[in-house]
Amino acid sequence: MKKKVDPSPYLLPFVGLFFALFVWTLLSATVAKDLPSPYRTWTESKHYILHPFFKDGEMNQGLGRLAFYSLVRVVKGYALALLIGTPLGFLIGLSKKTSQMFDPLIQVLRPISPLAWLPLGLVIFQKSEPAALFTLALCAMWPTVLNTAVGVRSINPDFLNVGRVLKLSRWQMFRKIIVPASMPYVFIGWRLSLGIAWLVIVAAEMLTGSPGIGGFLWQEYNALVYSHILMSILTIGLIGFILDRLMGLLEKRFRTT
Amino acid sequence: MTRPVLEIVQLGKTFSTAGGSHEIVKNFNVEVSEGEFVCLLGHSGCGKSTVLSIVMGLSSATVGGVCINGREIQGPGLDRGVVFQSACLFPWRTALDNVLLAVQQAHPSKSRKEQIALAQKALTRAGLADAGERRPTEMSAGMRQRVGIARAFALDPKILLLDEPFSLLDALTRMDLQDQLMRVWDTERKTVMMVTHDVDEALFLADRIVMMTAGPAAGIGKIISVPFDRPRTRADVLNHRDYYWMRDRLTNFLEEQGEIQKSARSPQVAGPERVMVRPAFDL
Repeated sequence: MKKKVDPSPYLLPFVGLFFALFVWTLLSATVAKDLPSPYRTWTESKHYILHPFFKDGEMNQGLGRLAFYSLVRVVKGYALALLIGTPLGFLIGLSKKTSQMFDPLIQVLRPISPLAWLPLGLVIFQKSEPAALFTLALCAMWPTVLNTAVGVRSINPDFLNVGRVLKLSRWQMFRKIIVPASMPYVFIGWRLSLGIAWLVIVAAEMLTGSPGIGGFLWQEYNALVYSHILMSILTIGLIGFILDRLMGLLEKRFRTT
Repeated sequence: MTRPVLEIVQLGKTFSTAGGSHEIVKNFNVEVSEGEFVCLLGHSGCGKSTVLSIVMGLSSATVGGVCINGREIQGPGLDRGVVFQSACLFPWRTALDNVLLAVQQAHPSKSRKEQIALAQKALTRAGLADAGERRPTEMSAGMRQRVGIARAFALDPKILLLDEPFSLLDALTRMDLQDQLMRVWDTERKTVMMVTHDVDEALFLADRIVMMTAGPAAGIGKIISVPFDRPRTRADVLNHRDYYWMRDRLTNFLEEQGEIQKSARSPQVAGPERVMVRPAFDL
């Protein structure tokens, strides 16, 4: 029998893409006259895409620069979220008392939208940049907290017994057993947190008017350049997708079980 | 007479739950002398693992206690090497690193090079000279349990405690590992307490077999000495004239206790009488 490679996994995504472009074209031609067609979006945006690093002013820059500003902001806020969220997760997973203490609080804080946090951040910090990071960290840390806690709680009790019969100290137990054993869950949390951080950054930039992909999107909406809105949306989606994939690769690289 | 290395004195364990308290073990007394291999034999769920986990220091006795060299134990200690039913290796460490963890605990002052050499030696003795770099997920169940045994021996403990270490393995691997354990034990003559429900395993390995009665409130049913010469081979044991007689006695005991356990669990539904015919052996 001849071995045949099924081409559909490679072709079908393009079919889906063409379908979406078709619907987009149809919409722009019929019901939503203000919506630029895919072709118009491309011709009006290509300057930003083909020269990604030009700079004509604070809010008129190439896509690469805009994305870079947003990414730097995300990295800062995300790092803050992990720095707070991971230890908090371990604490909650390890001690029943801390869990009882913080669990209701987390359940209440978790569903709060970034749009609600941002004004509070502005009140506290008086500046848009730290307010954006504050919002980012507060929204992005919950998956890390919760997954880390679940990871710690679901450690095979036999592992802990091995640590006990080997007379590991509390610190050794934590470093040599609890941390590595809960790592798969921690990574899931980190990955989800990164997704949220990227979601939040756009909203934060819109509201604070900071230079970045979200800020640019809002500005172009006010300037009635709708094709740039579409360009920004697609860029945001693409970068989010790439971030998730990178995190997935990292996860695989460190997977031990 | 010298004092036994391991003494289990008037041991009792009661678990309290919402539904009341359950007495698992009661009046359990065993003395194990230096270099003796003792098997704890009983039905699953009879409390033999409970006894062993108290000796490991992983759970505490409700009544009575455990002494090692005349001192009552307080929790786990490096004087006892433990092998669990599932190998319990850390999947994020290689085989060598798993053993190394035990070596580091036993010899914290030695250099890293010496520690690695000791870990490698323990692996080699368990028959895994070349598998040090493998991760547990890349090994068979039998190999993993070898690493588990190597880890226990690497502590160079006074006493080895084995909790049904071969019960999850297939028959061939099990025999293989029993032979390996015998070889290592013959050279080191550690004091061993092993829990098992396998009659043949107990007869092949042990100097003495402690038979436990069925729970609840399990205790000691009988203790028999195994007269086979050391060092033993499997063939020697199988051909020994007492083997089948002893095997019969142990199996009988287990079966009786099994019936007691069953009727204790469901007193209303007593099954029909079972008539069994055993092959007779001329003694």
